[in-house]
Amino acid sequence: MDQLLQYTVSGLATGSIYSLVAIGLVVIYRSTRILNFAHGDIATVGTFIAFALLVRQIPFTVSAILAVAGGAILAMVFYFVILVPAQRRDATQLGQIILTLGLGLVLQGAVLYFGGTEPHSFPFPLSEFTLYQLGPMSLSQLSLGTLVISLLVSFLFYLLVQKTKIGLAMRATSENLPAAQTLGIPTRRVLAFSWGLAAGLGVLAGLFLAPALLIDPFFMLEPFLKGFAAAILGGLNSLPGAIVGGLILGVAEALAGGFLSIAFKNTLAFIIIIVVLLVRPEGLLGEEFKERV
Amino acid sequence: MDLIESYREELQLIRKPWTRVWVSGIVIALAMLPWWAPEHIAYLATIICIYAIGIQGQNLLIGYTGQISFGQAGFLAIGAYTFGHLSRMAIPWPVALLCAGFVASLFGVIVGFPSLRLKGPYLAIATMGFGIAVYQTFANSELLSGGRMGLTIAKLEPFGGLSKVTFNYYFNFIITFIFTILSYNIISSYMGRAFIAIRDNDIAAEVIGVNLTNYKLLSFAISSFYTGIQGALYAQFLGFLEPNMFTFMESITIFVAVIIGGLASVEGSIMGAAFVILVPHAFSSFKEMVPVVFGATILIVLIFEPMGLAGRWLKTRLYLRNWPFR
Repeated sequence: MDQLLQYTVSGLATGSIYSLVAIGLVVIYRSTRILNFAHGDIATVGTFIAFALLVRQIPFTVSAILAVAGGAILAMVFYFVILVPAQRRDATQLGQIILTLGLGLVLQGAVLYFGGTEPHSFPFPLSEFTLYQLGPMSLSQLSLGTLVISLLVSFLFYLLVQKTKIGLAMRATSENLPAAQTLGIPTRRVLAFSWGLAAGLGVLAGLFLAPALLIDPFFMLEPFLKGFAAAILGGLNSLPGAIVGGLILGVAEALAGGFLSIAFKNTLAFIIIIVVLLVRPEGLLGEEFKERV
Repeated sequence: MDLIESYREELQLIRKPWTRVWVSGIVIALAMLPWWAPEHIAYLATIICIYAIGIQGQNLLIGYTGQISFGQAGFLAIGAYTFGHLSRMAIPWPVALLCAGFVASLFGVIVGFPSLRLKGPYLAIATMGFGIAVYQTFANSELLSGGRMGLTIAKLEPFGGLSKVTFNYYFNFIITFIFTILSYNIISSYMGRAFIAIRDNDIAAEVIGVNLTNYKLLSFAISSFYTGIQGALYAQFLGFLEPNMFTFMESITIFVAVIIGGLASVEGSIMGAAFVILVPHAFSSFKEMVPVVFGATILIVLIFEPMGLAGRWLKTRLYLRNWPFR
């Protein structure tokens, strides 16, 4: 029983990172119907920016903020410089997905070029080895920090989307683009903001993952794919779904890794995707598909 | 762009006498390639031929039937390992090749079932999950992947006094040629038109009388058959297999080739295959920059030519045909 609790808590900590990644994917999918395959690579770039700053003795908070901003700016630049011109030339949805793939490749190559293939350990203020005892379970400082920060960020994000004007504009734009345009919402800027926000969340997830893993140019690939799984699990067009999906996936993984086999742990996410899609294609909290001829 | 007057004409592969001339010219030039091109070009051409098969298959699925799939690496791995294990059991290669295709298409049908309920991005992610699950199964199972040292496969001995490169080229060229003719025939037959109808509007297609279940599954089966064959030929060509050849990147490469080449175009698939092989090769002297250049080329091609290389090709042909007007 204690073991079960222990696995659940550490699963929640990993799951909260998946939630952050998933929120980023869902924000972009909801507003533009694009699966952003560059999400993981943008996060990698951000984490490497933070790493480069930290190595130069810049305090952690400053480098983290700069990294998140860097990732967000990168995504906005991509939106304005590449996606908008492509849309003007009537790029198909698939074509736009491929554009994000292309961006991902470019960023991956750039990180390889500047960061090298060597894995680095990431200096982080929270330690993985300081443990707190919470009754029967122990929780590392890092997991606790991850859990708290990502839940806090998710909550702030919820407030942003539901309670502010820009959130209203974002919801309007994702609901019906032409109608939002007609009503005078600057949809391009709103969409660019969504891209930036999503990328910032991705970078944040990358920052919290970095100390647990060693950072190399490919370290975000796996969490990114898990984020996809989480987004699907919760419903690709539902923001609360992304959070719930991420947490469920994290816990399921930790339990599978603990009680079944460690090799099976990574495959689980993808089996979950297939099963969820077969049983409930719209995800746990997603909306039903409506279809007309 | 042509006026078709009869069903026989619709089924014809080539309609204009001039097209016949230049198409046969190209085919002859390609068939003579080992004689006029240096060896490393023939080597590259062999890889392009192998890729062209799988990419045509995926184009039948993605471009013609409109089912987005990211699971190509899974089918490649299944085809390649089926072929590898069978040929290690000393089963003759034509049988092993066909088995590789059939096993892959069996899995294609299984993966195809979600396609009956899912659409667009959802299907893309379901198939992506399949591709990665297959990779991880191979990576974690020594029995399947042949252990840490990988799986070595005996290469075919060249016969008829051909050099190794020439023999490999002809072997793969002939198979690719057969599959290319096959895909042209598939798309101009009832089956191909059913695929296109499903892509354009599946509900309307069903109303008209296309059996949605059968044709979607058939499309998955055919495309993964092609991809399985590609995997088998690649295994045969390299003589060596390890799970890391079938990561998610491999799916992306094939997918990019389909889109860059042009959706719903067989010539496009071949051009896309050439693109994904030649672009990284052309920049291989700047080793670190290959992904950057590759990605940037994809961005540029897609911004300026959303229809892919086949779209540009079509426009050029129209321009030449109408020259000097317009």
